[in-house]
Order: sequence, then structure tokens, then C-alpha cells
Amino acid sequence: MTAIAERGYHDPDALVTTDWVAEHLDDSSVRIIESNEDPLVFRAGHIPGAVEVDWARDLNDPLRRDYLDREGFEKLARRVGLTPDTTVVFYGDKNNWWACYAFWVFQLFGHTNAKVMDGGRLKWEQEGKTLVRDEASYPASDYDAPARDDSVIRAFRDEVLAHLDAKGSLVDVRSPDEYSGRLLHMPEYPNEGALRGGHIPGARSIPWARAANSDGTFKTAEELRAIYEGEHGLSKGDDVIAYCRIGERSSHTWFVLHYLLGYPNVRNYDGSWTEWGNLVGVPVER
Amino acid sequence: MAERRDPYPEKLAELEDLLGLIDDRNQRIDMLIETADRFREVPAEVAERPYPDEHKVPACESEAFVWAKKRDDGTLKFYFAVENPQGISAKAMAVILDEALSGAPLEAVANVPDDVVYRVFGSELSMGKTMGLMGMTTMARLSAERLLASNAGR
Repeated sequence: MTAIAERGYHDPDALVTTDWVAEHLDDSSVRIIESNEDPLVFRAGHIPGAVEVDWARDLNDPLRRDYLDREGFEKLARRVGLTPDTTVVFYGDKNNWWACYAFWVFQLFGHTNAKVMDGGRLKWEQEGKTLVRDEASYPASDYDAPARDDSVIRAFRDEVLAHLDAKGSLVDVRSPDEYSGRLLHMPEYPNEGALRGGHIPGARSIPWARAANSDGTFKTAEELRAIYEGEHGLSKGDDVIAYCRIGERSSHTWFVLHYLLGYPNVRNYDGSWTEWGNLVGVPVER
Repeated sequence: MAERRDPYPEKLAELEDLLGLIDDRNQRIDMLIETADRFREVPAEVAERPYPDEHKVPACESEAFVWAKKRDDGTLKFYFAVENPQGISAKAMAVILDEALSGAPLEAVANVPDDVVYRVFGSELSMGKTMGLMGMTTMARLSAERLLASNAGR
């Protein structure tokens, strides 16, 4: 695989290699955070010194459908021993899908000193690098976070409607079956899915995983541009909103478009299809 | 979650009751990891790679496969393969289904609901993960239902 610096990314510093992480295991200015879909994976073995940030338990409000607030983020950051100056490196299963989701939530609180480990957990494992079950703990830190800023990288329902009227670019990163409306939800759990299937009118179908190679690393900028721009007609100046089912897969695409391809205006609609597909009166296309 | 239907696999009921007593997330996870550590892949006399698609669990991102073989006593023995090396939950589920359903009365296996996944793993699973684990359960249950129907001459 080509070195990160040679892949033509807009912001190559947003990625680090597994070797870089291996060389910084004892670096107190770096905190390695694992975020996974599978809740068993972290405790079954993780990078030495890494801490877990769980998408459901740590990043979401336990009652309302929303992310944690400033107080919650400060509590989380202090628990894992972060200061605003700590370089946070995210990695995880599923081609870093959940790592990008955690990265995105951290950006809502302005923790810009953040990176993603290219290739995620899969690449670390395949390289035979050390995994441990012992959980690291760090002294509680001081962390004063700003209020969560939803205005730049997060889109809400009404903003998506306005975006639709303005004929802005939409990227649906779900599977083709979800995009077409063939797959709605788990048969016995309609509350986990949506009452209507399909996609937001005009949305381009670009499944999130197309941005990743089989070893979990990100494709080069040229390869990514061939997908997003060559095949689907996006361009850097577009105002783009990405969505999926709850905003987790689309945070991966948000990361790709913003950091790797340098699109300045990309938002993640975390309400996504579980909101849109249940809304009364909004347009749906199949 | 639905009430258990009678008859219900005894070992599965015991496991669900035990997990129901565990409030601590990490304790539950550690127990499930220990369970996953007991995972043994389908033996070569039952199936060899490439595994046939008809045994593949639909919607399971861990690429799980399920086989059910009839035993002399008329019950089923379940075998599993999990091709995703990071599919630890799938491996835990495979061990649970094997240990709880292999040898259980077919009528009891046919009563295992899909939401056993929530009883075992808790409610914090993603939709994708839940669908895959439910798919494993469904395939095991369908094997019992098919054998019951066959036994009844349907």
C-alpha cells in the first residue's frame, strides 16, 4: 500500500499508520481510542494502552436521541485522561466505520487534534501486532470542552429539507438494497428501521465501504475522486450532506470527503433514514 | 421481549437467566468473550471451504455459516463457521446455540425467538450486528422446524 503522504490526500495528517501507532504506544501526548460495532471486540484484545469509546454507551445521550452534551463530553474526556492538547488516534473494526463516527462526534466538540489509524483494527491484527486484554487506566484529567457545535458538520431534518429545495448534493452511503427500499428493517423489529423504504430524492448511492481497500486502508485520493467525482459527479465546491441509517456509516464518508478529498462543506445527517423514513410528508424516491 | 414459549431449551433458559442477573456491562462482555474462546469451527467431515451459500447466514457481516445434522436420537447437532476473524460476537453466539440447542428437543429449538440475541447481548447492539446474530438463530430454528415437519410427514 502506498505511503499515506503519497496518496494525494488533502489532509494526510488526519491519518496515521499502524507503524506510527506502534511507535507511539508510550507517548503520553497520544491517546489511542478504539471504537467498534461489536461490543466484545475491545475487551477480547486491543492495542496496548488503548481505551474504549463505545458508540452507544459513551457517545449518545441515554434518553434523548442526541449526542452527549458538553458536560458529558468533558466527563468522557476526563475519564480517558485527555486534555485538549492530547493527540487522539481512533481505530476500530469494520474498516474504521465506528472510529470515524467517534472522530466525528469529537469534532462536534472541537477536539481537532485527532487522527484515524489507517486500516483500523483489521490491519493491526493482520500485521501480527500486539493485542492485550488488560485495560489501561489513566489519571482523570482536566478537560474544559466548548459547547457542542452542530452548525458546521451536522445536518438536521429541516436543514436537509432546505438542502433538498436548494438542490444540494446528497450522498446515501447505505447498501444498494437499503437505497432502493428493498430492505427496510429487521422483520420483527420495525422500530429499528423505517416505515418507508427508499432514499431522499436526488441522493447519489455511494456505499461507504467503496472508500476502503480490502485490508481496511483508505483508497488513494485519485481512486476516491474516480468514485465520488468520476462516477457520481460530485465536485469539491459542492455543499454535501451524507446520510445512512443513524449517521454512523455516513461519518466514514464525511471523513473521506472532508479530510481526504478536501471538500470544505460536508455535513453528516445523523437522523438519517431512521428519521427520514419515518417522517410524515417528506419526499421519498425509489 | 416476548415470553418464552413452552417447551424451551433448558440450557438456553439457564443462560438467559444467568445473564439477566448481570448488570455490569463488562462482566457480561467478559463472560461472552470466554464463551467465544470455546468456539470450534465446523469439522471437515461436515463441511469444507468454500462453504456452500445455502449454509451462509443472510445479513451476517461476520460471514457466519450454520449446519444442522440429525443425530441418532432424532435431535440436531449444530455446527458453525465464522469467517470474519473479528466476528467475536458471532463466535459467542455460535457456541451458545451449539451448547444450548444441540441435543435439545426439536419442539424446544423451534420455540427459540430471534430476540434471544437481546437477552444474551443486551440492547446496545447495532442493527447490523443484531441482524447477523438473529440470522444465526433463525437458521438454527428453521432446521428444527423443517425436521419436525419432515417427521410429521408434511
